[in-house]
Amino acid sequence: MSLSTLTKPWEAMSYGFLDGSAKRELRRKMLKSVAVPGCQMPYASREVPMARGWGTGGLQVSLTLVNPQTRVKVIDQGADDSVNAASIRRFIARVAGTPTTMDTLEADLIQSRHRIPEEVLRDDQVLVLQVPNPEPLRPVQPNMSIARQMHADADYGRMWLQLYEQIVRSGRVMQGASYPSLVHGRHVMTPSPIPRWDVPKLHMAKHLTILSAGREKRIFAVPPYTRVEPLVFSDVPYKVEDHGNLTCTRSGTTGFFMNEIPQDDSSSAFEVSDSEWGVKTIRAREGEGESRGETWYKDGEMPQ
Amino acid sequence: MTLTLDAPRIVETRPLLEVKAVSKSYGPVQAVRNVSAHAYPGEVLGIVGESGSGKSTLLRMMNLEEIPETGSYTLDLPDVSGNLFELDRFARRMLCATKIGIVYQNPHLGLLMKHSSSGNVAERLLVAGERSFATLRQAATEALDASEFPLDRLDAPPIELSGGMQQRVQLAKAIALEPALLLLDEPTTGLDVSVQALVLDTLKRLQQDRQITMVIVSHDLGVIRTLADRVMVMRRGEVVETGLADQIFQDPQHPYTQQLVHAKL
Repeated sequence: MSLSTLTKPWEAMSYGFLDGSAKRELRRKMLKSVAVPGCQMPYASREVPMARGWGTGGLQVSLTLVNPQTRVKVIDQGADDSVNAASIRRFIARVAGTPTTMDTLEADLIQSRHRIPEEVLRDDQVLVLQVPNPEPLRPVQPNMSIARQMHADADYGRMWLQLYEQIVRSGRVMQGASYPSLVHGRHVMTPSPIPRWDVPKLHMAKHLTILSAGREKRIFAVPPYTRVEPLVFSDVPYKVEDHGNLTCTRSGTTGFFMNEIPQDDSSSAFEVSDSEWGVKTIRAREGEGESRGETWYKDGEMPQ
Repeated sequence: MTLTLDAPRIVETRPLLEVKAVSKSYGPVQAVRNVSAHAYPGEVLGIVGESGSGKSTLLRMMNLEEIPETGSYTLDLPDVSGNLFELDRFARRMLCATKIGIVYQNPHLGLLMKHSSSGNVAERLLVAGERSFATLRQAATEALDASEFPLDRLDAPPIELSGGMQQRVQLAKAIALEPALLLLDEPTTGLDVSVQALVLDTLKRLQQDRQITMVIVSHDLGVIRTLADRVMVMRRGEVVETGLADQIFQDPQHPYTQQLVHAKL
């Protein structure tokens, strides 16, 4: 037996770009983060051929989780066709040989920036969210060592201070994205900058959500069927964006999260943020068959 | 006919606060050496001494920020028992939030300078678990009002306020949960004399209205004389003399106290 029979032939790159030890590190930390829902696990974030802040955390998780059969969908602010989403999707397909899709229902793995798709995810799907700033306590406690102690002690009183001040200053909670939420009754997490609209989708969801911050080197997770409760005052209820009655000018769909598009006459037009949902709606309207799945929001309301 | 006299109240009641034989050193420096102190309910205990005499360390121990090497600390309150130095940090945090209020010399230590004043007061209630916005708002307003803070500046951040106002915000925060014990660490040092008088006035009124037990630390004998019922003189980590305020000021026994009193007068 010679050494060459025991070693693999030379390759330009490992499968899925990351080398074995990087994937092992990520797998271990993913397992840990699933075991302690919402708790930020530090991990050895590696270099990927993309600048920090462009979704390197999410990309590393995706590259670790894929196999040649995984159907990958990548969205950026709800859109499948934005440059960032298209580039990441192409990159994963190239280094891991995975099939890609834009259809939420067909996808096995969805990497997303700032949105959760409008169609309900199943228990065999994994959502990977890119997180720019994983620390919910940062606005109220700039010292990260103390912030970590506060997490350990579940000392989250100051999070409400932030909300208190917003109500005092503006009459309502102004936190638009990254709304701090209590996971499994224990850890407060920032659910990446998804809009308030999307936070209830995480509560008792069937799918696994992994949130990863590449620059900050932190990973945390919301396992299936886990409570995710946005922080609220007992007398000021949680409110999502007022988009329930808006209609998309391109597809005509109503009751979903919209992008506001300023018009020349200073009015606004609205376009559904989940681009694939808009495409499916147009297809159905033009008689190409119904491909839309069940949605979290029904008639612009989240069923309790 | 036999006349029966009631025992004086102070003999019947047990001290609210009792610190016994605490010692604390920072490396080679012995900050506090075998110091005992007690304060009865509604009493104001003044601690005087020069810089470095260990008076602030003693106060920080009473606020459970520092744990001494030896000694015990008890508070005679309904749901508090045992040596408080032995509490775990959860229990310690809860106790500090609900039973003890503190005003620091430097407002930066006690306040979040960039958050609103009312928010700073509300934070105290949030730590104790209050989650109703209306209650928080009302309690913060009431506490600030009680410490004679102008209510039109309710939501101004402390960083924009004057030193005297910042001390009032600290005071409001300290009394927001109606603590049994109020600790004051040089509360008026660094304020000019007229503002100092106003803050002392507020403290005096609070003490009379609410009968809070206070421990006040100062190197300024004027402050101690205005507020304290009983005085403890500290030097180099030890207590050199204790007694009623008038006693100490009129008839100091220890040479150091004599020096101190004469330097002032």
